[in-house]
Amino acid sequence: MLEKALEGSKKYWAWVFFLGGLAAVGCYFYFQQFMYGLGITGLHRDVTWGLYIGQFTFLVGVAASAVMLVIPYYLHDYKKFGKIVILGEFLAISAVIMCILFIMADMGQPMRVMNIMLYPAPNSMVFWDVVVLNGYLFLNLVIGWVTLGSDRKGIAPPKWIKPFIYLSIPWAISIHTVTAFLYAGIPGRHFWLSAILAARFLASAFAGGPSLLIILALIVRKVTKFDPGKEPIQALGKIVAYAMFANIFFLGLEVFTAFYSGIPGHAHPFHYLYAGLDGHSELVPMMWTSSIFAVVSLVMLWVPGIRKNEGTLALACVMLFISLWIDKGFGLIIGGFVPNPFEEVHPYWPTMPETMITIGVWAIGLLILTFLYKIAITVREQTVGVEIDH
Amino acid sequence: MNIYNKGPVFLGIVIFLALALFPFYNNFGKTNKKPDPKTDTPEIIEYEKLNGKKECVEPKAFMRGEHMVLLNDWRDGVVRDAYRGYISKANGKRFNMSIQNGCMKCHSSKKKFCDECHNYLAVKPFCWDCHIQPKEKEEAKS
Amino acid sequence: MSMDRRKFLKVAGISSILGFGASVASARNYAGQKGLVPPQVDANKETLTAKRWAMVVDMSKFKTDEDYKKVINACHTTHNVPDFRKADGSVDRKMEIKWIWTAPYERTFPGQDNKYMSEHMKDMPFMVLCNHCENPPCVRVCPTKATFKLQDGITMQDMHRCIGCRFCMAACPYGSRSFNWTDPRAASNLKGELPNKQYPTRTKGVVEKCTFCSERLQEGKLPACVEAAPKGGILFGDMEDPNSEVRKIVTNKYTIRRKPDLGTGPAVYYLIGGGDHA
Repeated sequence: MLEKALEGSKKYWAWVFFLGGLAAVGCYFYFQQFMYGLGITGLHRDVTWGLYIGQFTFLVGVAASAVMLVIPYYLHDYKKFGKIVILGEFLAISAVIMCILFIMADMGQPMRVMNIMLYPAPNSMVFWDVVVLNGYLFLNLVIGWVTLGSDRKGIAPPKWIKPFIYLSIPWAISIHTVTAFLYAGIPGRHFWLSAILAARFLASAFAGGPSLLIILALIVRKVTKFDPGKEPIQALGKIVAYAMFANIFFLGLEVFTAFYSGIPGHAHPFHYLYAGLDGHSELVPMMWTSSIFAVVSLVMLWVPGIRKNEGTLALACVMLFISLWIDKGFGLIIGGFVPNPFEEVHPYWPTMPETMITIGVWAIGLLILTFLYKIAITVREQTVGVEIDH
Repeated sequence: MNIYNKGPVFLGIVIFLALALFPFYNNFGKTNKKPDPKTDTPEIIEYEKLNGKKECVEPKAFMRGEHMVLLNDWRDGVVRDAYRGYISKANGKRFNMSIQNGCMKCHSSKKKFCDECHNYLAVKPFCWDCHIQPKEKEEAKS
Repeated sequence: MSMDRRKFLKVAGISSILGFGASVASARNYAGQKGLVPPQVDANKETLTAKRWAMVVDMSKFKTDEDYKKVINACHTTHNVPDFRKADGSVDRKMEIKWIWTAPYERTFPGQDNKYMSEHMKDMPFMVLCNHCENPPCVRVCPTKATFKLQDGITMQDMHRCIGCRFCMAACPYGSRSFNWTDPRAASNLKGELPNKQYPTRTKGVVEKCTFCSERLQEGKLPACVEAAPKGGILFGDMEDPNSEVRKIVTNKYTIRRKPDLGTGPAVYYLIGGGDHA
């Protein structure tokens, strides 16, 4: 099926070369980082993780969100998702690959990365994250490929794939839970030391991932002959709305605990992010943008009239995605490091090379996604009208 | 003879040959002298005078083949288990397990000892990113 | 048995993966065993040993700025710690690496200050370094066991194994760890002759921190900071030995530790109201 990614219109190739160009620029800056060291980034001894790890965390959520299609379709027999479940699985593949690339980009000694396997440390959450992420990548590759291959031939997928599909559901939950455990078990980082962190991660994932899927589905309908259908998009919109409500609710719980308890350490990161601390308010505009976008997009998704209009639905999804990206891809990481263990504020802001590397990884991810979607959609276009029954 | 897709096929063959033959033309014309690591530093000559023979931690053949494994074991032994002495299986003597404060005290010329073979084999151990190599002495043999 | 090309490639692919895995799993050293064990190797006879190394810092013994500087210098020259400076000569916070330094009381012990406390007390400098915790979060989170506990209680850092993920820096509640953002030998003090030719530098991309001078203990010497401190300023000994000086002080005097509520069990104690002690 791979050959289907190699034939396309001029526009398709222009898009591919555009992404390829961004990826090349990212590679160029990564080479500089590789030679010079991570000093090329805006990180320092007080804020040791930044944009890269933020993207990693955010994208694990995007990857996990594929279950929001898999559960209704395979567990509840919601047939309407039949056409787009593959879009979710392929999105998961590209998201996990981006996660792995961001981890590599963040590593001080990338050549030694196999030490994680040579000296396995099961007490480290990183070990488990490596295990579950690679497992999830494998699962989605197998499931996506096998089901799409069967669709192409117009036959039902083989029975042996079912256990893999069912396994992928708890597995998706596990990747984001383990990712939350990277943060939630660290003493002395008050912003992360929260039992609800994994739940928050999942809620934001199940809002952010499907909102991205809605945007992608609308783009797919516009640029290809394949129509994912109105109903599945509306169903996804409802899922996004409920998950986003849970996400905002959970954030509210954090704020209550931090401020009602009155424990200074718990409130400091919130002060820094939303009001500024010790004269530093670099992130305040971003964080409030996130909050406002969150509430507005939730209302838009909640009101049936707005949701049912695909134009306003798309706008709500874009706002929601930006909101969650700021909240989880940036604020969450920086809030853990500021103030530092000495209660001093040493702010962080990404540098140009760091940003270019980040854009480069996103470009690689989008390139993979483009190829995968091209394959899936070509198959779908050829089987238009054929009822798919898995 | 009729060959389909002549252009791409020949281009492909040329690219393949260019890649496959890279090691050959890249090294073409370079002197290819056999490596000759020197063990005639003043420190070793002095040792030979005092002890009547040259000897290392383990016999020459072993060191030649296995020094990298031995050094890895020394590294782990020192850093992770706080061992400092290595008892030679060859002569029972105790050696300080240290590249910088052990090995290089006798083999005091990295250029003539380490680099000789490493350059020939194009291996680049990263010992010296951190550990400090002895100052290369000027040719001062009497 | 005939095999089509597709199947052949599948089998070949899978078996090469398995073969690679097996070769890694069976990788052994020349002796056919994992690592060196006695009597092949031994510790130095002069090694100072303890069940649990610990430190007592008595800030009342430090009188002048010179006293602090001497300690910091002793440590940082002993371990070739890079000193990155900006063009104007001030410390380059973005690159900064430090093993031991001073922090004001209110920063060292957050939450232990109050608004009626004199500025003098709030600003009083305290020597801070790795606490060599009983239950160190950095060791717990390290994915390669590059940071680990030695038997004598020292939290050790294996700079050869570190992959530079900086999880330990996120996990350390004391800010004791530093990362090499670039080649440390680019720092002004390490460009030419190195301060200590017996000790290595680090490479870019690894984390480093105080090691309680593990390498000096193995040569029978006390940590560099202990030697450089004013008499009685920094005491070092075995906390498990009831007759050691550090133990006597901790038993009989009032000492505090940094963030004890986190359960990390720091091995660095600060003597309050020192004066003449045991």
